[in-house]
Amino acid sequence: MTETFISWGMDPNWAWGVATVAGILLIALPLMLAVAMIIYADRKIWAAIALRRGPNVVGPFGLLQSFADGLKVFLQETIIPSGANRGLFLIAPIITFTVALLAWAVIPFNSGAVLADINVGLLYILAISSLGVYGVILSGWASNSKYPFFSALRASAQMISYEVSIGFILIGVVLYADSFNLNEIIKAQQGHGLGIVNAFGFNLLMFPLAVMFLISALAETARAPFDLTEAESELVAGYQTEYSSMSFALFWLGEYANVLLMATLNAILFWGGWLPPIDWAPLYSVPGIVWLFAKILFFFFVFSWVKATVPRYRYDQLMRLGWKIFLPISLIWVFLISGWLMLTRYS
Amino acid sequence: MSYVGHLVKSFTLWEFVKAHALTLKYFFKPKATINYPFEKNPLSPRFRGEHALRRYPNGEERCIACKLCEAVCPAQAITIEAEPRDDGSRRTTRYDIDMTKCIYCGFCQEACPVDAIVEGPNFEFATETREELLYDKAKLLANGDKWERAIAANLAADAPYR
Repeated sequence: MTETFISWGMDPNWAWGVATVAGILLIALPLMLAVAMIIYADRKIWAAIALRRGPNVVGPFGLLQSFADGLKVFLQETIIPSGANRGLFLIAPIITFTVALLAWAVIPFNSGAVLADINVGLLYILAISSLGVYGVILSGWASNSKYPFFSALRASAQMISYEVSIGFILIGVVLYADSFNLNEIIKAQQGHGLGIVNAFGFNLLMFPLAVMFLISALAETARAPFDLTEAESELVAGYQTEYSSMSFALFWLGEYANVLLMATLNAILFWGGWLPPIDWAPLYSVPGIVWLFAKILFFFFVFSWVKATVPRYRYDQLMRLGWKIFLPISLIWVFLISGWLMLTRYS
Repeated sequence: MSYVGHLVKSFTLWEFVKAHALTLKYFFKPKATINYPFEKNPLSPRFRGEHALRRYPNGEERCIACKLCEAVCPAQAITIEAEPRDDGSRRTTRYDIDMTKCIYCGFCQEACPVDAIVEGPNFEFATETREELLYDKAKLLANGDKWERAIAANLAADAPYR
């Protein structure tokens, strides 16, 4: 985009800055819109599976429901509990929200259409998603109330446990793609499955990793069945209990932006990102962004589908799954994949 | 064997796959919810909703101030004061129902010898203040005028079973 601005006769130093700001806006604003629609879609899917109708009054088919809810929330009074740590209490939702947006900088929407095409994109995403837990911990601690505190403890333990196995799963992807750059990872998937299918997921060695990554993504974003951090039957609303108005809305936006990010990562890392599903020339005439969005929406549907289907895990079951099943399996899989690549690619 | 079977089942997430197939089936099923303000369930003729005081077809109010409803009301929601009217007939000067006390048991309707106080088919009478739910005689008579056709039809439909 910088070149375009330069060609319009802009100073090259300025052009880079303007292009970056434009790129950020081009990602962040549609993302906010997408989050609003995705909250609506989540409610609709959940309702449909429960044989309910879901929101259908505000706007056609209730499409404007999220905007009405947003408006309502923004017009409410911000309540800060007298015992709360004011500064941290207000900063926590901002951290959650900002961090949820930050990770989108390295997501490629089409061939080369990335805001920051850094060569360690995957590491950057791991680092950013680890930072996300600070918002939850700080909000739980700063609320100075027991339920948010329990929730914060659970959230931190849960996110750290599953990040370990996510790390090992990503090593498998990196080994196959031979790069940390998300664009390179997508390109490495071209014709990966039998020379026809553009996805790592079709590889028998990678498919279990894809499933494990999907489940870990659910745990990482604290979605059902791993939504222990906001288990309403025991913890009221978890770390959001004391929040109201804007700060509450920021938590929601951040949470769903994270869900979208995880759906996107599923699409990019295992199912070909902006590549069409099958390596067949006519399919490439459809813009890559359409394929990426279709895959993101599919994975978001899966997230909602799981949420509507399975009951919540108990805390010890969650920890057992993370440490005693996912961690050993992902470790063994790193071993298997590197062994297989040693035999086939590097011998 | 069962151990191996269990292992295979848990590692292929078989139960999860089955559950998700089931919920996907439900996803496409017709929805069970009534789209309430636009669609409504049918009501029984015996439905006990908002109260109404009825009139005879000539416009004369039915209530003769016998106070049976006041006596039978288990929630003591009804207050009646009566005096002879100028033409010598006994009429109520005050007939109040506290709708916030009422439990909609229908005893008043059962006790009434002249079918004056009835519970109509209307259940959408939510108000913004509590005071609006303290019904007086004028309000009850207005309800009777408004819902007379529906009430008469319901009473006629239920008459064979009484």
